[in-house]
Amino acid sequence: MTFTKFTGAAPPAAEDGPLVDARGVSVVFRKRRTLAPARQVRAVNDVTFQIAEGETFGLVGESGSGKSTTGRALLRLVPTAGGTITVAGRDVTALRGGSLRRARRSMQMVFQDPYSSLDPSSTVAGSIAEPLLVHEKMSAKAARARVDELIEMVGLRASYADRYPHEFSGGQRQRLAIARAIALNPRFIVCDEAVSALDVSTQNQVINLLERLRAEFRLTYLFIAHDLAVVRHISHRVGVMYLGRIVETGPAERVYSAPAHPYTRALLSAIPDPRRKTERIVLEGDLPDPANPPVGCPFQTRCRFVMEVCRQRMPEHTAVDGGGEVACHLQTSGPALSGASLNELDVNSRP
Amino acid sequence: MTQSDSVDIRKPAAAPPGKDAGKDAGKEAGPIEPVSRTRAVVRRFRSNRSAVIGALLLLAIIVVTAAAPLIAPYGPAQVDISDRLSGPTAEHWLGTDTLGRDTLTRLMHGGRVSLAAAALAVVIATGIGLPLGLISGYFGGVVDWLLDRAADILMAFPAIILTIAIIAMVGPGLTTAMVSLGIVYAPRMYRVVRGSTLEVRREVYIEASTSIGTPHLTILRKRVLPNIMPAALVQLSFLLASALLAEVTVSLLGLGALPPTASWGSMLGQAFLEMRTNPSLAVYPGIAIAIATLCFNLIGDGLRDAFGRETRKAS
Amino acid sequence: MTAEGKTLLEIEDLHVDFLTDRGWTNVVNGVSFDVGEGEIVGLVGESGSGKSVTSLSVLRLLPSGYARTPAGHVRYRGRDLVGMPPKELRDIRGNEISMIFQEPMTSLNPAFTIGDQIAEGYRRHKGGTRRAAFARAAEMLDLVGIPDAGSRVRDYPHEFSGGMRQRAMIAMALACEPKLLIADEPATALDVTVQAQIVALLARLRDETGCGILFITHDLGLVAELADRVVVMYAGEVVETAPALDLYDAPKHPYTAGLLNAMPQLGVRGRELPTIPGRPPEPWRMPEGCRFGPRCGHAGEECAAVPALRTVEPGRSSRCCRIEQLHLAGSP
Repeated sequence: MTFTKFTGAAPPAAEDGPLVDARGVSVVFRKRRTLAPARQVRAVNDVTFQIAEGETFGLVGESGSGKSTTGRALLRLVPTAGGTITVAGRDVTALRGGSLRRARRSMQMVFQDPYSSLDPSSTVAGSIAEPLLVHEKMSAKAARARVDELIEMVGLRASYADRYPHEFSGGQRQRLAIARAIALNPRFIVCDEAVSALDVSTQNQVINLLERLRAEFRLTYLFIAHDLAVVRHISHRVGVMYLGRIVETGPAERVYSAPAHPYTRALLSAIPDPRRKTERIVLEGDLPDPANPPVGCPFQTRCRFVMEVCRQRMPEHTAVDGGGEVACHLQTSGPALSGASLNELDVNSRP
Repeated sequence: MTQSDSVDIRKPAAAPPGKDAGKDAGKEAGPIEPVSRTRAVVRRFRSNRSAVIGALLLLAIIVVTAAAPLIAPYGPAQVDISDRLSGPTAEHWLGTDTLGRDTLTRLMHGGRVSLAAAALAVVIATGIGLPLGLISGYFGGVVDWLLDRAADILMAFPAIILTIAIIAMVGPGLTTAMVSLGIVYAPRMYRVVRGSTLEVRREVYIEASTSIGTPHLTILRKRVLPNIMPAALVQLSFLLASALLAEVTVSLLGLGALPPTASWGSMLGQAFLEMRTNPSLAVYPGIAIAIATLCFNLIGDGLRDAFGRETRKAS
Repeated sequence: MTAEGKTLLEIEDLHVDFLTDRGWTNVVNGVSFDVGEGEIVGLVGESGSGKSVTSLSVLRLLPSGYARTPAGHVRYRGRDLVGMPPKELRDIRGNEISMIFQEPMTSLNPAFTIGDQIAEGYRRHKGGTRRAAFARAAEMLDLVGIPDAGSRVRDYPHEFSGGMRQRAMIAMALACEPKLLIADEPATALDVTVQAQIVALLARLRDETGCGILFITHDLGLVAELADRVVVMYAGEVVETAPALDLYDAPKHPYTAGLLNAMPQLGVRGRELPTIPGRPPEPWRMPEGCRFGPRCGHAGEECAAVPALRTVEPGRSSRCCRIEQLHLAGSP
């Protein structure tokens, strides 16, 4: 196995269609209440995107936007209420019981909180060996050899294998969680806020590790994060979620330099910058109640460009110059940008 | 400043790990705190003076009662009518009872019976309550609802009344009494295990196991069970204390250990009959029961504190 | 120290020990800095640097059995809080010095309305009728930008979103018009958009009420945007203090430079991200000499001696003994 220096080149072209194909995926949570009708929340609403093999797709949005739930839905950790999800050519929405469990070996997850994603009462070797024992039916000895190899692969010493999670720092735990996720050579990994809980310098160490593993094993990532700078660094393409819907997708360079959705632009401007030249767009108010979303565009309550049509119907997804799609009425009504980015609009003037 | 630990990744992964000290040079320094979790719990337990005293005392009681046939000065049923109701003497350190039986001997033998009886009740309570609590807390749904209601109903009655009711159906005897008590205590173990399982169920590492594709029973056995053990162990020691007291109650009522078998409860029961004439007879079994119960409670408290501080440390 | 105004809070040679499984362990080692009236000072460091412990020891909020302050002074307007009788300290706590914590949900009592909780603290210190205190609560909620404050004041904490709860906490902290506000990672658990709102709110409050703010965070970008001056902590010690923008442009300590360099940039993807090798030392295993030495790319022989924090430029100090020989790059 030779190490290929990661160059940051464009992702390899997909030969047989995307590795991950989510079409119209919805997730509905029902919360039973006493003496009141059940509360129904569409946490994920008609979400469609594809990820090519070897590509990293970044998913950003505020908490409550449904980005984590989308990741869990792709791995069938929450039930879907509609749509189809294909991973490596297999429709995972149709799988049940044993066949679903067997399918899990090719798709894994790295969780946000390194302090709770490893069993505190088990040695790290016990946690990392779990997938090997479940799927490979390895002998204890063979599993242990592989665990040592995995721990070295994520940059720690194999002699740590017999220690308990609480003896490690956050960054080290996240490396161990990554070792567990790659144990079975999966093709697709969902990284759910995998570096959010870490300090800056540790965060970069883990991102570099993820990038090397991707290049080495041709991994495909769904990288979920609220930190836009981190997502920008690691993703080829980016999707922006708001209130359970994807409002904008596109190549990372295009989305960050020429955002086409007002929400994307507000998110970008919220990144701290001591040498800020443009005035920060502070979004007023909070996310609307997801159980009771507004009619029309979900972003209308906080959008500075809101028009009459936004309060009436949901905007269609339209193509954006430079790649990707956006769901915003500004593209077709009002200034009718028809594919141009929001930068074409004077920020301080309302249409 | 910008160098990273990239070197390690590029090493061929097949290299035998841990052999070459030099190649570890670039890796991160040792883990934060090289203290094993179990050892930390043991050390905290040991630093708790009252818990240690409780544990040592209990150990002494167990050794003495277990070795009773070897070290007791007399036989437990050895009657000496000529020397009835003697006070403490050189031959009988703690005196004799109404039939002239040696109190010290009977205390030692009685402790064997009482502790074994309490253990039997708790083993049965755990045998029923632990698996049901695990299943109920982990799977939830209809099964959980039904089991939880059943536990509600059982716990609505005072334990001792329910035990007596079961004995009334099956017949007296220490074994049946303790089996009944075990059934009555099962909901108490169930409750603790279920509550603890509900908490563990929400932990990310359980979701991680699910995402790996680990079967539910394996998750329950290898991930949930070890993490609810602290709560179960604490409850176990408190249940032992209550079971010991319950043995006294049923024996006192003549529903437990039947004569001539000695148990702390039956000794206290017989002493109770002589209360007016010889109040001192009740003192020794009373003290034994109090000390043993206290031991279990001290150990339970010590365990709870030792495990309790296992929760995440402040940054 | 401060250019304008009088010194409000002065921390001098503060030491704090924690009782751990290994006995008493030093976690804050001789920290000194001050906050002027109306000044925003950012206290920056990674987890375990001692920044939160320092901020908690100002109001003596550390658990007494598990923490001790063997040396040092914390002076608020010349009065030493370290040896102050508890009764006097209570008059200052929540009244002249207020604190905002990271977890807005756990800091609010779920059983009482937001208004009750703000009013309670206000009445304890300022007296007055319940009605007046409740009116004050509504006024404060309005000040921190809660829409329809007059009716939301009767809501319970769970009816507020995360961002609104944090604002309610700020409203509570501000009700008594404190002279000093200590904000311990007030925006860390929140989304970027809400974070932006909170930072904007704190800056506005300083301008409107003139209170000094000690802002504790691990986010250098955030602190540089908000603070006038920055204090950087590493392994229980202050390693650098500087005006915010100067620090950003030209750090005077390799650790600060490393942090700035590692900050996520909206840069090109694919480049390997810069990191600081290794990780902070454990409090019971502090390196000899310079505590940052083992991780420092610039370390030399002189770093084996314990370096002192010294003034390197007017208004700037550094704990690096080689700083004169180094040319450290600022934030790109």
